[in-house]
Amino acid sequence: MLEIKNLHATVNGKEILKGIDLTINDGEIHAIMGTNGAGKSTLSNVIVGNPVYEVTDGSITFNGKNLLEMKTEERAHAGIFMSFQTPIEIPGVSMTNFMRAAVNARREALGLEPLKSTEFLKIMREKRKLVEIDQKLMNRSVNEGFSGGEKKRNEIFQMAMLEPSFCILDETDSGLDVDALRIVAEGFNKLRKPDTSAMVITHYQRLLDYIKPDVVHVLIGGKIVKTGGPDLALKIENEGFDWIKAEIGE
Amino acid sequence: MSEQNEFVRSVAEKKYEFGFTTDVQTEIIEKGLNEDVIRTISAKKGEPEWLLEFRLEAYRYWLTQKQPTWGHLKLPEIDYQAISYYADPTAKSADGEKKELDPELVKTFDKLGIPLEERLALSGMAVDAVMDSVSVKTTFKEKLAEKNIIFCSISEAVREYPDLVKQYLGSVVPYRDNYFAALNSAVFSDGSFVYIPKETRCPMELSTYFRINAINTGQFERTLIVCEEGSYVSYLEGCTAPMRDENQLHAAIVEIVVMDNAEVKYSTVQNWYPGDENGNGGVLNLVTKRGHLRGVNSKLSWTQVETGSAITWKYPSCILSGDNSQAEFYSVAVTNNHQVADTGTKMIHIGKNTRSTIISKGISAGKSENSYRGLVKVGSKADGARNYSSCDSLLLGSECGAHTFPYMDIHNNTATVEHEATTSKINEDQLLYCNQRGISTEEAVGLIVNGYAKEVINKLPMEFAVEAQKLLSVSLEGTVG
Repeated sequence: MLEIKNLHATVNGKEILKGIDLTINDGEIHAIMGTNGAGKSTLSNVIVGNPVYEVTDGSITFNGKNLLEMKTEERAHAGIFMSFQTPIEIPGVSMTNFMRAAVNARREALGLEPLKSTEFLKIMREKRKLVEIDQKLMNRSVNEGFSGGEKKRNEIFQMAMLEPSFCILDETDSGLDVDALRIVAEGFNKLRKPDTSAMVITHYQRLLDYIKPDVVHVLIGGKIVKTGGPDLALKIENEGFDWIKAEIGE
Repeated sequence: MSEQNEFVRSVAEKKYEFGFTTDVQTEIIEKGLNEDVIRTISAKKGEPEWLLEFRLEAYRYWLTQKQPTWGHLKLPEIDYQAISYYADPTAKSADGEKKELDPELVKTFDKLGIPLEERLALSGMAVDAVMDSVSVKTTFKEKLAEKNIIFCSISEAVREYPDLVKQYLGSVVPYRDNYFAALNSAVFSDGSFVYIPKETRCPMELSTYFRINAINTGQFERTLIVCEEGSYVSYLEGCTAPMRDENQLHAAIVEIVVMDNAEVKYSTVQNWYPGDENGNGGVLNLVTKRGHLRGVNSKLSWTQVETGSAITWKYPSCILSGDNSQAEFYSVAVTNNHQVADTGTKMIHIGKNTRSTIISKGISAGKSENSYRGLVKVGSKADGARNYSSCDSLLLGSECGAHTFPYMDIHNNTATVEHEATTSKINEDQLLYCNQRGISTEEAVGLIVNGYAKEVINKLPMEFAVEAQKLLSVSLEGTVG
C-alpha cells in the first residue's frame, strides 16, 4: 500500500505540490489526470526519489516503510517502478547488460544470489515475448536509436523483468500510435499480478480503455481537486477540465 | 599515525588493490647519478663497450638539457641524485651463484594475476615479468623459439643477439629525442625484446608485466619490438606499483619497427599507483613510445587504458614512412583525485596513402586534470594521406578539468584531415534512470563510463578488456553523489 499525506514539494525553490493526500491499496489502479503543469510528473518523480525535487512537508509510506528516507535505488528494490515519460539513452551500455545489472542489484538487496547468465537470458527471452519487443534491440545500447514506440515498449519490458509491486506509468501513451498503445497496455495487463497496484498518469481516456482504473483523480494546481470512478475520466475526455475548474472556483 | 589517517589509508588501499610490497632480498646500488653509476649498471649487465658508449653519450646529452615544461602539468622537482638507478630482486647470493627464483617473487606475480609457471599461465599468453630493474622470468621462450621468435628481456637480448639490438636500439627514439628519452637511454635497466621473423604470425599474445617494488628507485624500462616482413604480433603491457608516500619515477622508452606488410598491436593497461586522495605519492609516468612503420602496407595500433600514475606524460606515436601504412591510436585516460594526465599521440605521415585514426576518451573526476595532446603531421610527399581524430572528454564533478590540444601541420594539399571533439558531463537523468531500476549510483557510473569507453575497450584482447572494465569502475568509486 502506498500512502501519501499532505505532500508538499518544490523544484528550484518553486512549490509545485501543495498538499497531496492519496492512498493506493494493493491491487488498485489509480489514474491521475490533469492540465499541463498541474504537478503530475512532479508527483511521480517525488515518489521514485528524483533528487531534483525537494519534499518540504508531508510523508510517503510504502508498505509501512518511510519512502522519503530511502535512496532511489532502495525504493526500486522495495518494488517501485516508473515507466519514464522520456526514457533515457545510455550510449555504449547494451540493454542486456543494463538489465542484468538492474535485476542482480535487486536480487542482492533481497539477499539472493545473482542470476546465472543462462537463467537470466531465458527470463529475458520470455519477458521479451510478452511485450513483443525485438531481440535486436537487446543488443543495442539502452534506448539508443529506438523509435518512440520501441522506447515505451522497452519500459514495459523492464517492468516485466523487475516484477514491481507498484508501477507508475508516466504518460506512457504519449507519442504512441494506436497499435503500439494497445501492445504496451496489453503487455502491462498480462504482467500485472492481482496485488500489483499502479498509478497511471495520462491526458487521455484512450489508455484507460485498456488499463481500467479503479479510481480517477484530477490534479490541478498541485492539489487533488476531484476524485471519482472510471466515468470521471470519460467525462473529462468529453468536456475537458473547465467544469472542474469552475467547481473549485479557479 | 592518527586513527583518522589510518582510516583514510585503509580506504585508499582498498581502492588500489595492488599497493602491497614484496619482502625480497634486493640488491640496490647507491643513490645518485653520474658516469660511474652508468658504468656500474652496464658492468652488472655485462654489456659490450658500444652500449656503454651509447649510455654515456646519452647521459652527457641529458646533462645539457632541461626538464620540459610545455605539458599541462606541474612536474615536481625531481632530485635525480636521490634515486637509485638499479635494484635487482634476483641478486646473486654471496657465493656468486644465481639463486633459484625467490618464492616471494613468484607469489607476488601470482597475486598480480601473472602466474610465472607455464602450466598455470593463461592459455596463449607468454609473459616477461619485470620487477624494478630486472626481468624475473620470461615464459614460453622455448616454445616461441621453435618458430624462431625471440621473446626475452632486453638485457638477455644484448648478450644473445647483440647485432639485432645494435641495429635497432635508438633507431626509432634517439636519445636526443627528449629529456626523459636521454635519461632512459643513459640508465635503462630492463624491458622486453621481441623479434618476429619474416612471414611469421606469433602464435600467442606476448606481454610484459612491470612491477616497481623497491623504495626510492626509478624504473627505466626499455622495450624493443621488431616485426619483419609479413609478420604479426599482439603485445600487451601491464604495470602496478606499491603505495608509497614518495613519488616513484618511471621513465620508459618503447620502440617498435614494422616492416612491409607486417602488423603490430600494442595494448597497455596502465595501473601504476596514482597517489593518495590528497595527491601524495604516486608514480611519475614519463614515457616515450613510438613505432616506425617502415614497410609498405604495414600496420600499427596503440591501445591504452590509463588509470594509474600521479602524473602521466605519454604520447605513443607513429611514423608512417611506408606507402599505404596504417596507424591507430585508441586511448582511455581516467584521472581522479589529484592525478594529472597529459597524453595523446603523434601521427607523422611521410609515405603515400597513409592512414591514421585517433580515438581518445578522457574521463576526469575529483580535482584531476586530463589533457589530450596530439599532433597530426602530413609531409609534402604524403599524397592522399588521411587522418581522422575524435577526442571526447567526460567530466564527473565540477572541480576537474579536461583540455584538448590538437596540433596539425599539413604540407600536402591532397591530404584529408578530420578532427572532432566533444566535452560532456555525466548526465543526471542517466543516473536517475539507473537508480530507478535499482542500480546504485556507483555501479551506474561504472556502467556509463564503460559504455563511454567501449569503443576503445573493444580493441583490447579479451582478458585485458575484462580487467580494464573493472579498473575503470574501481578508479572512479565515490566520484559522484
